[in-house]
Amino acid sequence: MRRLLAAGAAALLAAAGTACGGSRSAGGSTGGPLVVFAAASLTEPFQALARTFQSQHPGVGVRFNFAASSALARSLREGADADVLATADEATMATAVAAGDARGPVVFVRNRPAILVAPGNPEHLAGLADLARPGVVLALCAPEVPCGALAAAAFRSAGVTPAPATLEPDVKAVVAKVVLGEADAGVVYRSDVRAAGAKASGVDVDAPGVENAYPIAVATAARHRAAARQWVDLVLSAAGRRALVAAGFQ
Amino acid sequence: MVAAAAVGAAFFALPVAALAWRAPWGSLWADLTAPAARTALRLSLECSLWATALAVALGLPLAWVLARVPFPGRRLVRALVLVPLVLPPVVGGVALLLAFGRHGVAGRLLDQWFSVTLPFTTAGAVLAEAFVAMPFFVLTAEAAFVTSDRRYEEAARTLGARRSAVFRRVTVPLARPALLAGVVLAWARALGEFGATITFAGNSPGRTTTVPLQVYLLLESGGLGPVVALSLILLAVAVAVLVLLRDRWIGAL
Repeated sequence: MRRLLAAGAAALLAAAGTACGGSRSAGGSTGGPLVVFAAASLTEPFQALARTFQSQHPGVGVRFNFAASSALARSLREGADADVLATADEATMATAVAAGDARGPVVFVRNRPAILVAPGNPEHLAGLADLARPGVVLALCAPEVPCGALAAAAFRSAGVTPAPATLEPDVKAVVAKVVLGEADAGVVYRSDVRAAGAKASGVDVDAPGVENAYPIAVATAARHRAAARQWVDLVLSAAGRRALVAAGFQ
Repeated sequence: MVAAAAVGAAFFALPVAALAWRAPWGSLWADLTAPAARTALRLSLECSLWATALAVALGLPLAWVLARVPFPGRRLVRALVLVPLVLPPVVGGVALLLAFGRHGVAGRLLDQWFSVTLPFTTAGAVLAEAFVAMPFFVLTAEAAFVTSDRRYEEAARTLGARRSAVFRRVTVPLARPALLAGVVLAWARALGEFGATITFAGNSPGRTTTVPLQVYLLLESGGLGPVVALSLILLAVAVAVLVLLRDRWIGAL
């Protein structure tokens, strides 16, 4: 009995091991999906581009992992299986390149800050200076994540010192606080204003030169090197540009 | 059987051991006394104690009624008490926003009548922690009230004690060990609360950034040392509480 159970447990562990590694070994160099690690703000345009990619390269699936750039770089460092890395700022990509996890990054798009407010802008917030008005509940990203660093740069360039009510862990959490009406305003990306649709309104931020550059690179340990290259080419192509501009990127 | 049990134990022990192994023992004191860490630790202690107080204040009458007063829908209320235990805490946070947020069902009235808004305040963090921690206290207290010997209460009543006096001087003292276990479990759960807090109360250093939130944000900025240092504190508290109380709590259920 004892030996049987021990053998069973060992078999279970082995099965769990192969199940998790399944995509890895079955993926090999030919089959299996292309794995793209991309910043959460790229969700909409990249999903649109995946359809284009699959019509151009039938038989090659695309699997995404959308998360905060810093989280993506961290899991790549810890050995996650990825072919392409696209981050929301150059600093995060630089850490991945310095660690030897990605090679030859190219900036493919830029994203500017924007103010997200309730639909129709009931508080008449016209710019960054208005966000520091007493009584305005302001949500920002934490300074540790790219959108928070961008918001801080925008406020610096406008000479405004904000008093945020909350420093959210990612940009989508800021959007949620504004859409739910808990915050009067939030500083997000222009692409988030587009993605929020009718649930919120956007106010442009006049901060010349304050923008995040999004770099894309093939992962050093990519298992689908050719497909990864093709994905990067598609993102850099005219079709890629169109999808990104349609989503509010510059 | 023993070998299988060893695999099971290792499954729990390994992550704990890894945390201790990666701990920056040399800089531990410096990491824990850094201003941001000190603020988070102080706030965590305050919020979790207030949350425990709130859970006891609201949970004690509820547990007593559930244990002693038959009423239609009691099964439903018993199930409701368990909801925060099984609900993903982030979902609990969203539910709290819809109820107590600025535009929430009850939050709107709080705002209109008393100009009180809970999100992004320490009171909001306390509320979120209490929501998640209360089931631990209610479950433990209810089990204690169900199993305690009613004859002592009846004797007190026949000797002329009022119902409130019986509750204070007989019922509660009889159930005290179990009630204390419930208090400590609720407190430990409140101390570790993350999802409901960050969703409902946001993240505001000094007001709602408790230790679990601070750990999450430090992870974003890449410094593993302070992350592990603060995690060890939470781990030490959790282990201490469970070593002291596990048998009692499982027994009460």
